[in-house]
Amino acid sequence: MSQSASQTQSDPFKDYQSGPYFCELTRDRPDDAGAAAIVRQRIGKIGLDALRARAAAAENDLINLGITFTIYSESQAIDRILPFDCIPRILTAREWDTIERGVKQRVAALNLFLHDIYHQRHITNDGVVPADLVYGNANYRPEMEQFPIRFGTYVHICGTDIVRDEAGEFLVLEDNARTPSGVSYVVENRHLMSRAFPDLLAGMKLRPVDDYGARLLAAMTEVAPEGVDDPQVVLLSPGIYNSAYFEHVFLAREMGVPLVEGADLVVEKDRVYMRTTAGLRPVHTIYRRIGDDFLDPTVFRPDSMLGVPGLIGAWRKGNVTLANAVGTGVADDKAIYAYMPRIIEYYLKETPILKNVQTNICREKAGLDYTLANIEKLVLKPVGESGGYGITIGPRASKAEIDVARASLLADPSNWISQPVISLSVAPTLTDDGIQPRHLDLRPFAVTGRDTWVLPGGLSRVAMKKGSLVVNSSQGGGSKDTWVLSEDAPSQSQSQSQSQGQFQSQEQRR
Amino acid sequence: MSRDMPLLARYAEGLFWMARYLERIENLARLVDVTQNFESPGREAESWLAMIRINADEEGFAERGGGLSAENVKRFYLLDRSNPTSIPSALESARTNARTLRPLISTEMWMQMNVFHRDMLSLTEADVAGDQLSRLCGKIKEGVQAHTGITEGTFFRDQGWEFYQLGRLIERADQTTRLLDIRYHLLVPGGKEERKQAEATQWGGVLRALAGYHAFRRVAGATFTPVDVVAFLLRDTSFPRSVAVCLEGIEWHLSRLRSRYGLRGTVAGLERVEELRAGLLGRSVDKIVNDGLHIFLDGVQRDLILLAAEIGTPFFRDWRPAAA
Repeated sequence: MSQSASQTQSDPFKDYQSGPYFCELTRDRPDDAGAAAIVRQRIGKIGLDALRARAAAAENDLINLGITFTIYSESQAIDRILPFDCIPRILTAREWDTIERGVKQRVAALNLFLHDIYHQRHITNDGVVPADLVYGNANYRPEMEQFPIRFGTYVHICGTDIVRDEAGEFLVLEDNARTPSGVSYVVENRHLMSRAFPDLLAGMKLRPVDDYGARLLAAMTEVAPEGVDDPQVVLLSPGIYNSAYFEHVFLAREMGVPLVEGADLVVEKDRVYMRTTAGLRPVHTIYRRIGDDFLDPTVFRPDSMLGVPGLIGAWRKGNVTLANAVGTGVADDKAIYAYMPRIIEYYLKETPILKNVQTNICREKAGLDYTLANIEKLVLKPVGESGGYGITIGPRASKAEIDVARASLLADPSNWISQPVISLSVAPTLTDDGIQPRHLDLRPFAVTGRDTWVLPGGLSRVAMKKGSLVVNSSQGGGSKDTWVLSEDAPSQSQSQSQSQGQFQSQEQRR
Repeated sequence: MSRDMPLLARYAEGLFWMARYLERIENLARLVDVTQNFESPGREAESWLAMIRINADEEGFAERGGGLSAENVKRFYLLDRSNPTSIPSALESARTNARTLRPLISTEMWMQMNVFHRDMLSLTEADVAGDQLSRLCGKIKEGVQAHTGITEGTFFRDQGWEFYQLGRLIERADQTTRLLDIRYHLLVPGGKEERKQAEATQWGGVLRALAGYHAFRRVAGATFTPVDVVAFLLRDTSFPRSVAVCLEGIEWHLSRLRSRYGLRGTVAGLERVEELRAGLLGRSVDKIVNDGLHIFLDGVQRDLILLAAEIGTPFFRDWRPAAA
């Protein structure tokens, strides 16, 4: 340690212990160009008290800006911010390259799979995926059969949940191919970071995140019905009472398109229009943030007040594009997830770049037997749920909880999968007890029109509670700014040879 | 780049109402301020009753029990979120509209609204106590004015701007007639010198509440009668809160919707403005006062309600005449 470091009151990382887990900021990575070390030094220089004060001010900004999501409980609606942790998570260019290629591969496989199951059904005929798992799935939509989709893109927006094991290997935990959310936080976290912690960002060469809206609009324009010159894109939201309304607003604004509610749209003669002050105006692409079930009360749930009567008819006529397509839920189902490595190999003749977490399928005898025998060691997940609900983490469950889980499993084995407990990686996080390791995951967002583009980084969700593995925002998770170092980051030798004294004098010049 | 950007009917409606609610809040604050400043010693309750009357809130106020007192009226308008005509209710409605409009309005508009909303909804009894009230009214006016300034400086000038201005101006014209109405009973002709003096003070109060005292002094000369004040507030062509200036603005924005954005549904509204203007300028203010100012003002308010409907029906998605 150089002299200047010892002058700071105390190093907030002095007592930091990441335990057996892979740490995203303290594990040596030769290709990070010294970025992690620089961040640690800068945090040390700011000091814990100032760090806390600035983090609190930054969170207050979020409240004033209304960057909130809504939690509904006991008939009360509460606007909450997604807790923001100010210590960034860093991905090196090489790590990102793996994730980006892996995500693209996965999205390609998902789209090929969806096209196949709604057309020729080769994959089930060849016995690679059990037919009843696909066609008996509640998210399979017979309406989609033989329906042509532009560029074969069903999943225009995909969020891939990725975790990191002790060795630092990235593993896919889940695909989100319906209406994945969270991308607004990726961009807003970066804005927040540059407002409140410009000194952490200074001089860092990072891949930008602020062109997401432009990329998304470009994709939405590409997939508009053929022959439309200047397509009108809209974002369809359930409205201001939806918990993700802020994100809908964010996306509409970033794309520069109207945010519409179901009642703003009307279908006449199989064409979709929006109600404007000048009467009805045609709509060509709908980025919809409402679920399949609610899209069209004449086809799906008749009680839906959010949808547009006749929308599916207009869509089947090819007069409007829906993104994501209807019926993608069958592909991101936890039951299908287990087969994803085989699905990738089947369509692409490639080895999966990102591995799955090892998964036991309880509908198969071997999987059920193994799960029953090892239930205390495994994570048991229902296949139909999302948001972290209904999960039993064996090693952390009480005897009674295990018994309940075992009973549920035996009552309906095909509703369950099990996985070993993954030792999720950790990242230094600001807590009441100083800087402590907290588990986190990563959700990169892929946008696909004709081709796939992946937003550099993604949403790093952090389990703010000590030891917790549940990162979902609905259950108290927070988030971090996620940095992807650009290829032309200062070379390793250069930054490592820099003494801290030089480094600080650079900061002063800033 | 195409300048022919469509505006969702729902957005037009939201802008119109957001502007109306905010203008209403500013005027309520002005009313509270003038009522408190000019409550006659010994007859305080009567002054506050007038405020309830001009807002046609007799029923809603009576429902709350508690009886007529300055405290109860202040609570009713400044703290009572269950009263739909209170400042917190109006602000809640303005913010809900702003939330609907969030995709359209500037981040600065939204942020100021959020902070203003939070501050106003956390008011307590202590904030509306006598010695604090005037300062509070000042803060409320400033909150709306900050909104107005941010909007002027940041809001994109497409047709949404016209709908926003229409809401603001219709509400402002309506509120000016209401503020004038609160003092109409003072316009009894004749009277003793002493009483005239007291009246002059009260009219000065009304003008001050509308930030028009100094401007009035400039145009009125050394001596003035109450009729001069009425003429100023109804017909002056330069005072920003006069009904005539509001009507001129309304006509301008309706014409813009028609000429620049090709919205043909503006005909009925333009005709209504024409009628309102004829009523306002067709006879002398003396005659208006002699024929009964209260009745006249009532008529203006009714016409403004019809005007709002004539804008809402062709352009808004779900026009339902709201209680004005």
